Amino acid sequence: MPNLVVAENVSKSYGNYTALNNVSLEISKGAIFGLLGPNGAGKTTLIRIINQITYPDNGRVLFNNTPLNPKHIQSIGYLPEERGLYKSMKVGEQALYLAQLKGMSKSRAKDKLHYWFDRLEIGHWWDKKIQELSKGMAQKIQFVVTVLHEPELLIFDEPFSGFDPINANLIKDEILRLNQQGTTIIFSTHRMESVEEMCDQIALINRSNKILDGKLVDIKRSFKNGTFEIGIHCENQLNLEQQLSQKFNVSPGEFKSFDGASSLRVRLNEKDSPNDLLHYLTSLGTVSHFVEVVPTVNEIFIEFVKDNSNG
Amino acid sequence: MDKLLLIIKREYLAKVRNKSFIVLTVLSPVLIVGMIALIVYLAKVNSDDKRVIAVLDQSTFFDYHFENSVQESYVEFKGLELQTALDSVHHAGFYGLLYIPSATHIDNVADQITFYTKVSPSLDFLSSLEQRIQHRIRDEKLKELDISPQGIKELNERFEMNIVNFSGQKNVKGISEIKAILGGGFGYLIMMFIIIYGAFVMRSVIEEKTSRIIEVIISSVKPFQLMLGKIIGTSLAGITQFMIWIISAGLLSYVMLSFMGIEFDVINHQANISKGAIEALEASASRDTLQLYINELVQIPWVTLVGSFILYFSLGYLIYSSIYAAIGAAVDNETDTQQFVFPVITPLMLAIYVGFISVFDNPHGPIAVGFSLFPLTSPIVMMMRLPNGIGEGGVPWWQLITSIGILAITFLLIVWLAAKIYRVGILMYGRKPSYKELYKWLRY
Repeated sequence: MPNLVVAENVSKSYGNYTALNNVSLEISKGAIFGLLGPNGAGKTTLIRIINQITYPDNGRVLFNNTPLNPKHIQSIGYLPEERGLYKSMKVGEQALYLAQLKGMSKSRAKDKLHYWFDRLEIGHWWDKKIQELSKGMAQKIQFVVTVLHEPELLIFDEPFSGFDPINANLIKDEILRLNQQGTTIIFSTHRMESVEEMCDQIALINRSNKILDGKLVDIKRSFKNGTFEIGIHCENQLNLEQQLSQKFNVSPGEFKSFDGASSLRVRLNEKDSPNDLLHYLTSLGTVSHFVEVVPTVNEIFIEFVKDNSNG
Repeated sequence: MDKLLLIIKREYLAKVRNKSFIVLTVLSPVLIVGMIALIVYLAKVNSDDKRVIAVLDQSTFFDYHFENSVQESYVEFKGLELQTALDSVHHAGFYGLLYIPSATHIDNVADQITFYTKVSPSLDFLSSLEQRIQHRIRDEKLKELDISPQGIKELNERFEMNIVNFSGQKNVKGISEIKAILGGGFGYLIMMFIIIYGAFVMRSVIEEKTSRIIEVIISSVKPFQLMLGKIIGTSLAGITQFMIWIISAGLLSYVMLSFMGIEFDVINHQANISKGAIEALEASASRDTLQLYINELVQIPWVTLVGSFILYFSLGYLIYSSIYAAIGAAVDNETDTQQFVFPVITPLMLAIYVGFISVFDNPHGPIAVGFSLFPLTSPIVMMMRLPNGIGEGGVPWWQLITSIGILAITFLLIVWLAAKIYRVGILMYGRKPSYKELYKWLRY
């Protein structure tokens, strides 16, 4: 896959405060990219640089292999974390204005708006003012305005904060649909669990530094350590844990069993394969649950930060 | 460029369609003209209430001296006793009785002239009555001193100094006042426009911040474009408002005049302009003087004046409104603006006061020159000096050019600084910035 966005050694500081320190990233075309990290890590600064709202002190960003220039603005759709609309302006007029600022012609913007308004069944809001709409309604408009000009790259900063669950799902589905049509998506969030399932590439940012990036599956694979959650029915439950701990590293399981099965977390030794464990378990009793523990991004992040600060 | 036009259009329409803007624009001239009409109407109603005053003149000094006027009519009582006269005045419901006792000498009469009335008379009426009596006494005394009315007229001859400048052109007095009013008007207009519409720009920036649309917009356009579009759009709305005010005020006064044309006599009467003043006015407005006035008015360099007004107005307004925009960007809500707005308004106020006090008195003195070179006051102060012309007798060319040059450089500098603060400020939330912080933003 060719890259749509490449950041090369991007640094940015505000006065004495370093917001980004030598960050490099590659975002493939068609990917759903998760830019993850705690609040204040520098995600928004990086996104603003990609949007040409601010400019890096050092380094550069390539878009389709050319350094960012004003023409790229219309190829990017951006839903900022701090978002809103003119309260006293009518919905249709406002959407047209924002679309035209993105470089769309008035007639094309009108066509597209009607398409989206019909799709989300909000056509009758055209002549209403934003202040007459509910918050959820305004969020839909905000989304439409972001994607209207059919950009190659869509950037969502904390996309689901402030959206109610129904709208959040609706928007999520629309984003996935756009992605299937070839749009590259960047999610930026500190709530890593909210986008984890959707992303295929991620980058972790902490304290202005990129600490990790790559394909989500690769990262997860490298961070899993052969631990399994098991549920097992056997006659001698008390003996079970003792028996297992002679061969493996055992700790209490995290899942809740509903039928009285023992819930344990077992870590394999290097020489054992999952099959060896399964065989052994079946010899002890009836296995009702057997799942490999794959760390969440959040866990990876915490582990990584811990390691970094220790080392 | 297209985007700038889009922004200007939106800002203009947003301003012009705003309800309070419409109400203010439409209602102000109606209110002002309506108020004038009301005053005229009330004056008319008031004056319809004619006062009847009885005059009991036992001295015969004042025979047929009191003529009826719009508001008063006089009834002469003859051969009545004071008490009888008072009774009949009371019964008839007259306004009052003017009692003039009999005596041989007018001085003795004057001492005892009394006005009997139920209510305390209005100041207006009283002074006009006193004036009438005083005139009569004066005439009588002139007769005593054997001075003919002709002689009085000669005594009263007005003296007027001829004022000629070195190149031999005759000047008229009063033209300086007209020039001062003209320059003051221009200066005042600039100040009002900056204060009113600068605040509009600021409020509009704050609105974009509080509604959180700002980042959406600046992901499409440059912050500077947005700021510029906002300033231009708002000022166009302001100019529209001023135009509507001027035109509608003109139309309304015209309509009002043609409806109530006659009532202007009433106004004149109310103003109580003494006959002498009118005579003096007529005398000074003799054909020669009028001709001189016209000559002088033509001499005022209108083209330069209007040209420099446009230049000073535009540069001054742009400087101040970009400061206002930066203030709006730096704060989160309007209550935080006070500490920043006050220092901005100060030079404007200073310019107006210095203008009215010092510049009118001595248009080419060191204070006037200084303030017309200092960029934050020069748009107002220079406009006050300019009606005197440029070059000999007026503002020296070097001062005008230096002033405009400094203003233009300041304009570039301030807009550049303001744009920097604006660019950083619009993305800052939840902070009440200090001057120190603003200074830091300049280096971001």
